[in-house]
Amino acid sequence: MSRKSQLYAWLLLLPALFFLVSFTHFPTLKTLWRSVSTLGAKDAPLNIDNYLFLLEDETLMQVLSNSFYYALVTVPVSIVLALAMALWVNSKMTGRGVLRLAYFTPTILPMISVANIWLFFYSPEIGMFNAVLDWFGHPGINWLGDPDFSLFSLMVMTIWKEAGFFMIFYLAALQGVSPELYNAAAIENSSAWNTFKRITFPLLMPTTLFVLVNAVLNAFKLVDHLFILTKGGPNNASNLLLYYIYENAFSFFDIGYAAVLTVILLLILVVLAIIQFGVLERRVHYR
Amino acid sequence: MKPVINFFSTSAAWLLGIAWLFPLLYAFWAAFHPPEYATHFSLFAPLSLENFRVAWEQAPFMRYMLNTVVITSLILGSQLVLCTLAAYALARMEFFGRGFVFALILMQLMVVPEILIVENYQTLASFSIIDSYIGVGLPYLASAFGIFLLRQTFMTVPQDLEDAAKIEGCNLLGIIWKVYVPLAKPTYLAFALVSISYHWNNFLWPLVVTNTEQSRPLTVGMAIFGAPESGVDWSVICAGTLISVGPLLILFLLFQRQFVQSFVHAGLK
Repeated sequence: MSRKSQLYAWLLLLPALFFLVSFTHFPTLKTLWRSVSTLGAKDAPLNIDNYLFLLEDETLMQVLSNSFYYALVTVPVSIVLALAMALWVNSKMTGRGVLRLAYFTPTILPMISVANIWLFFYSPEIGMFNAVLDWFGHPGINWLGDPDFSLFSLMVMTIWKEAGFFMIFYLAALQGVSPELYNAAAIENSSAWNTFKRITFPLLMPTTLFVLVNAVLNAFKLVDHLFILTKGGPNNASNLLLYYIYENAFSFFDIGYAAVLTVILLLILVVLAIIQFGVLERRVHYR
Repeated sequence: MKPVINFFSTSAAWLLGIAWLFPLLYAFWAAFHPPEYATHFSLFAPLSLENFRVAWEQAPFMRYMLNTVVITSLILGSQLVLCTLAAYALARMEFFGRGFVFALILMQLMVVPEILIVENYQTLASFSIIDSYIGVGLPYLASAFGIFLLRQTFMTVPQDLEDAAKIEGCNLLGIIWKVYVPLAKPTYLAFALVSISYHWNNFLWPLVVTNTEQSRPLTVGMAIFGAPESGVDWSVICAGTLISVGPLLILFLLFQRQFVQSFVHAGLK
């Protein structure tokens, strides 16, 4: 390859790389640097006070356990619902076009706007959920104000928002399954459940892994609804890691500690990235 | 036995469908009826546009909408150009450091700018471009996802076409513009729809970098408008919500098929 074409290649890449590096790679390194150096500590080159504080920070333990619990519940439930939706929409059911639209609509609406509607559903006096409980003679639940329910309430809304998005990937995969396999199963008189277990589910495995990683990523990256519904409360019962970072940086103005928390989030994402690349490898083998 | 199972399966599918549409249907109901009907359903409830009028007066929706449209188009326009150039270099040119560059781009797919709000805010503050369109858009002007998607598409374009264009005397940019771009149209559409819905809905970063309604997009405006402190009632909030999602919802209904296919296309590459 000539010098000239080397130069052209870099000229083509440079504008895009400039923005990517300036707002992802460079700030990542700066976060690492900031987490070990604080403004007041000039005498010591490295300052691990922020990291020591991690161990004492009980809120952080709560936030981390919330985040993992949140992922642990929302991810499998969304995936199971997404699979069911895809199977329904892919079958010869009447009105499947309408159903596909219904399932997918929450995906394209802004989290903030739909959270405003859900806020009403959850409100203690006039909210719809408590109105339903009232029919059964239940006194009602303070969905967002009760520490036992606030995280759960966020999960319900998240599942509603995300299941339709994951459905799309299953739907694409289902449409790629050869009909001959199903014809063969029909000749063998295989039951619907057996066909699903032996044919559909194994063939969807790469999709499931792909969706799984993306769902876990989303569980850590998406906190918009917290701003409307709970603000992480009551008493941090529904606080999640990224929201906690935001609070530290922009409400408590503790940039150093926010940097340490960002390092933790980055570590979680790196682990997920490693899993994802393992997953992508496997997807290739399936083809 | 089979009809029974089918019946239950169909019913479950429809129940779920209704549950999934319910919040939006409710928003329509509350927005188009007087506030006293927000909490109870009646067939004879009178229709009213009053809530829309009140919402319109209480928040500068026109300004928010304009901001969102400007920011979203700024980002999309820049992404389309920058990603095309970078994707071509990665797909069709040999150069020193290609593997490294590609690794940097894959890394960005995982670590999105959202989680680096603290440092990115500091960067913008040091250039004094907080609270401006360019400030909101800057971290997103190039998209690793877009580069990746276009690179995959460009690699499927036959080399012969490029060689033919070279013989005709096309220069590098001419080849990209006349050979590659037209052949990648479905990918551009897919990427554009995904990018538009992402940035129309983006919240955390705009919240951090905007202070006034001069640059605040709809999502941030809605968060302020819907806050309990603002004392707006539910029907008005629902009307405001519909105003804010309206354009996107109409776009979605018109291009429903393309939307769904775009998300699939974008997700499976």
